[in-house]
Amino acid sequence: MSGGLLELRDVHFAYEASRPVLRGASLELRAGERVALCGGNGAGKTTLLHVAVGLLVPSAGEVIAFGEPRRREREFWSVRARVGLLFQDPDDQLFCPSVAEDVAFGPLNLGRSPAQARAIAAETLAKLGIAELAERSSEKLSGGEKRLATLATVLAMEPEVLLLDEPTLGLDDAAQERLAGLLEGLPQAMCLVSHDRPFRARLATRTLALVQGRVEVDAR
Amino acid sequence: MSAAASGIRAPGPSALDPRARVLLLLAFAIAAVALRRVESALVALAVAGAGAALAGLPARRVARRLAAAQLGMLPFLLTLPFTVAGTPVAALGPLAPSAEGLVRAATLWLRVNAILLAAQALVGTLDAGRLAAALHRLGAPAALAQLLAFTVRYLGLLEQEYLRLRTAMRARAFRARSDRHTWRSLGQLAGMLIVRSAARAERVMEAMRCRGFTGRLPAPEELAFRARDAAWLSLACACLLALVAVDRW
Repeated sequence: MSGGLLELRDVHFAYEASRPVLRGASLELRAGERVALCGGNGAGKTTLLHVAVGLLVPSAGEVIAFGEPRRREREFWSVRARVGLLFQDPDDQLFCPSVAEDVAFGPLNLGRSPAQARAIAAETLAKLGIAELAERSSEKLSGGEKRLATLATVLAMEPEVLLLDEPTLGLDDAAQERLAGLLEGLPQAMCLVSHDRPFRARLATRTLALVQGRVEVDAR
Repeated sequence: MSAAASGIRAPGPSALDPRARVLLLLAFAIAAVALRRVESALVALAVAGAGAALAGLPARRVARRLAAAQLGMLPFLLTLPFTVAGTPVAALGPLAPSAEGLVRAATLWLRVNAILLAAQALVGTLDAGRLAAALHRLGAPAALAQLLAFTVRYLGLLEQEYLRLRTAMRARAFRARSDRHTWRSLGQLAGMLIVRSAARAERVMEAMRCRGFTGRLPAPEELAFRARDAAWLSLACACLLALVAVDRW
């Protein structure tokens, strides 16, 4: 278990019994690693990330986080505080009237006082260079701004692991460049799902592929 | 006008704790409904108007909202003079509006507008999240409070989704006619909207759970019911009581 932060062991999952998505997928993420995960549309990359934080319950297999097997919803509460998941669609993640309140939501859930949460939110936004977005409404942000705002909501919880689901989707070159630069500077272990080959090459320490429900070392 | 908009605490109703504002509105509405005389209803309207002015609400928005409510009152205002028995003031053919009925209609109009103005002054300046938090702290069920906050947040997104689907339909030469195909397509549009909203709700919930949500929304700010809030609330309630007393006796 040396350095193993998050591990999936032989995970099976199906939305419909006749069409299993994951068929014995295994993946281990260690401290300091940046693992890229690729695979075709519908290969189960998002599913795998959702299983890792307990949003989906595998029909077989194990999720081991921070050295302990996790099965029930309750056991995943502490996992979600330490593993930040960046959703594919930023609109799913931003639900507060202002960006600052959205960023403060996680810290408030972790038991910080409103004043502390506000301070954390301001600090996180400043660190990402988007302090000016604080009072803006998330509905009126551009795609790139939304992406950085969601990253702030996740980083405000000071996670040890980041799971990024297609973080560059819909971003222009400049926004992609900015995001990649920011991610490069982060100390967290990461698992990044991405179709974007240059992005993967720039960030990943190793690349895996999800093929027919199993995780393989990327041959390409 | 700019004080409330920029978030600086104005000296008006906006300085009060959200719970105090909700309670005050409740007291005001109850008192206003109890009024019977035109004079006291006028006083209530004047007070509410002053409150709205103090709250720094944009006059145009207030007027627009008031105007929307007038239409709903119209049937009552038009029928009351003829349905309340009393001394006739004129004869319009077989119909004779009574003086009592006219007074009743006038007080009704004044009271409703007073309550609407007060609602805008007290609660209209709160955003949905704060109003929901205040209601919850006053004892409203958490589910209802959350429903309010989320409905307001996601209405815009729902509308966008609707417009996107509508555009996609138009792009394939759909035009609303009064035929079977139109009704069928609009039905499918509504159905798809419900399916997508449910799916989005599911994903929003998942995203919230990922950030430690376990069923209780944390308050965005600490609510502080200060001595000043209590003082204002009791003073206002005393004045309202006095107004009702003068009106009735």
